[in-house]
Amino acid sequence: MFDLNTLWFILIAVLWIGFFFLEGFDFGVGMLLPFIGKKDEERRAVINTIGPHWDGNEVWLLTAGGATFAAFPQWYATMFSGFYLAFFLLLLGLIVRGVAFEFRSKDYNPKWRAFWDWAIFGGSLVPALLVGVAFANLAKGLPIDGNMMFTGNLFTLLNPYGLLGGLTSVSVFLLHGAIFLALKADGEIKTRAEAWAKKLWLPAAIIVVLLAVATFFYTDLVARRGIDPGVFPLGAVVSILLAGWFVNRKQSGWAFAMTGLHLVLTQISFFVILFPRVMISSIDPAFSLDIWNAASSPYTLKVMTIVALIFVPIVLAYQGYTYWVFRKRVTTEKKTLVY
Amino acid sequence: MLPIILSRLQFASTTIYHFFFVPLTLGLVWVVAVLHTMYYRTGDEKWKRMTKFWGKLFLINFAMGVVTGIVQEFQFGMNWSEYSRYVGDIFGAPLAIEALLAFFMESTFLGIWIFGWDRAPKKLHLASIWLVALGSNLSALWILIANSFMQHPVGYDPASVEAGRLVLNDFGALIFNRKAWLAFPHTILAGLTTAAFFMAGISAWHLVRKQNVEIFKKSFQVAVVLGLVSVTLTGLVGHSQGIEVMETQPMKMASIEALWENDPNDPGSPFSILTIGDLTGKQKVWALEIPRLLSLISCNNLDCEAPGVYQVQAEYEQLYGPGDYIPLMVFTYWGFRFMFFSALIMLGLAGLGVLAVMRDRVEQMKLLKWFTPAIVLPYFANTGGWIVTEMGRQPWIVQGLLKTQDAMSPNLTSGMILFTLIGFVAIYAALMVADVYLLTRFAKAGPDATDRGVIGKPVLVEK
Repeated sequence: MFDLNTLWFILIAVLWIGFFFLEGFDFGVGMLLPFIGKKDEERRAVINTIGPHWDGNEVWLLTAGGATFAAFPQWYATMFSGFYLAFFLLLLGLIVRGVAFEFRSKDYNPKWRAFWDWAIFGGSLVPALLVGVAFANLAKGLPIDGNMMFTGNLFTLLNPYGLLGGLTSVSVFLLHGAIFLALKADGEIKTRAEAWAKKLWLPAAIIVVLLAVATFFYTDLVARRGIDPGVFPLGAVVSILLAGWFVNRKQSGWAFAMTGLHLVLTQISFFVILFPRVMISSIDPAFSLDIWNAASSPYTLKVMTIVALIFVPIVLAYQGYTYWVFRKRVTTEKKTLVY
Repeated sequence: MLPIILSRLQFASTTIYHFFFVPLTLGLVWVVAVLHTMYYRTGDEKWKRMTKFWGKLFLINFAMGVVTGIVQEFQFGMNWSEYSRYVGDIFGAPLAIEALLAFFMESTFLGIWIFGWDRAPKKLHLASIWLVALGSNLSALWILIANSFMQHPVGYDPASVEAGRLVLNDFGALIFNRKAWLAFPHTILAGLTTAAFFMAGISAWHLVRKQNVEIFKKSFQVAVVLGLVSVTLTGLVGHSQGIEVMETQPMKMASIEALWENDPNDPGSPFSILTIGDLTGKQKVWALEIPRLLSLISCNNLDCEAPGVYQVQAEYEQLYGPGDYIPLMVFTYWGFRFMFFSALIMLGLAGLGVLAVMRDRVEQMKLLKWFTPAIVLPYFANTGGWIVTEMGRQPWIVQGLLKTQDAMSPNLTSGMILFTLIGFVAIYAALMVADVYLLTRFAKAGPDATDRGVIGKPVLVEK
């Protein structure tokens, strides 16, 4: 049965997929910044590859949060209060990172710049790690009681599967970011980014495979869908392997498409594991939140559907257009470097 | 300390801090857009330098507004999960729409604007700053629609109140809440006032030192005219809001005034210039008052009797059962006075500034150097205004429907909230230092520095 609840589950999944794809590379670029940018103008050029886009990319997360609040208030309430300290750290990361992009080049002082560059590194690493931890835990299930209340704490989230999820998102984002840099930058930065992508690929692929295997044991995937996990998880593994093939041939465009595809398929897999639940209770399956008991009223869903149908295509169009406007490679030439 | 107090402190500090940056963004973006348009039309370098100078200060401030705004959207679920469950069906919608309509627009087009000089087509580049202006102001509209529901809930199904979860039944009523359409112009105009005094103060600093006279004289002219118009209009809209508050939240009005009991023998209600209460903040000791002024503020005539705190308390006990319905008077009373008296001083300053502009005696003006410290006045007013709005609503989180004490996330411990509260305050304090440092240095360095985009002396850092 296809109803508005299902539609909103899909829409929120799409927002998260967009977030993983887009912020994935700009978190990756942020983490690589101190290593790939050796000289000051190189660092500026590295930042400028994501400069016009990172803020818009981050809005995917905000919109996912807002859409969850509007369509599934119980999901929003349980998840945000349950992930309290994790989300606090995520917020700190995003705060520091956002300010750092704006502040770092405003003063010549090398200490000032080095400080904010490392702030960008940390502000990219922490959120990248935490979103992976969060999604692995959503798939695994959490201690949620009969009142839809999360009864664990921060350490409940830091279980082996959750940590593996975090490690996966960090390593894939690093690879995705390195490939993006190889695609968008020029000269030495490009060369270095290609070398980093080569180095990063194998560990990332191994971790992805580990996560895929662990998912069989830590989630109820097999119990619900059988041994064959379906096309999405398999496709996710295949695409990260293919990414390696293209990385080695320095075909960055294709490699980027593959890491992007991998992120999309991985996120779809997580949402397939969840559906139709939105938060799985490890205490009693009856306590789980799903797209019906967590949802807003049919009237609110209808209003929000109309709003989304009008504005989502517009947003996609103009955000896509910015990538077209800034399609040229970023160089370290003084003349073209925007501060 | 109790988790509820810590959670409220956290909400207060993150929101007040966020609103340090928002009004300047809301106001200055229009100024930058107009300056950019002047440059686009005339091709005159003077306009370009002004655009870049004020644009640079705008950007430094904007970044802080954005990052502190993310916290706002997360904290309803993090700290106030019971609130989120209770009102989510209604309150979530404007937040989601804000993200979809406004956040995407402002952030995407700001990216184009920052990086688009010489790279984006000129028309698109100009359009992008206007779209940033539209986006950020739309964002204010939607969050105020959400907030107005907390002040004056409308558009919900009355049958859902008892069921423990409010259900939306009229989206039109929600978005056309009269509260929102008063709060929105009030906020936008306050933003323009903030921008005007920010510009006037920085321009005055340069004019006193006789540097960059051409650019800053022009900026000062724009600023004082804008300041006079916007502070006046802010006050007029505020007057309408007073009447609205009187109708829908009489307790807020009474606590703004520290009006304990209305004297039936004395016609009209007085406005207090200064009231000294005892330590509980709930007892009047001594007061200096202007007769009948409160009647004017709250009813637009000189005779109406504004009910006193005790009268509303008795009424609410009848309506909602026994309980303490009196807000913390110290905050509402002084919050309002910070706003009111700051506005009066701004009105006077802007008026004198406009006079000086008309007589072309700006540089000779004795008061000129006082415009620089006056930059803080709108900040007092903005903060005071929100404190009145939010604390005057207490003990309710949604007026008449849900109390703040029932709205918190039940799974949080005092330790957890204290930890995050300290974390937020510490990082906010650190960032404030960096932000003020950058703003001050750029403002003082003038357009020469913003043409380059960097301050200080170049240092060779090549390894």
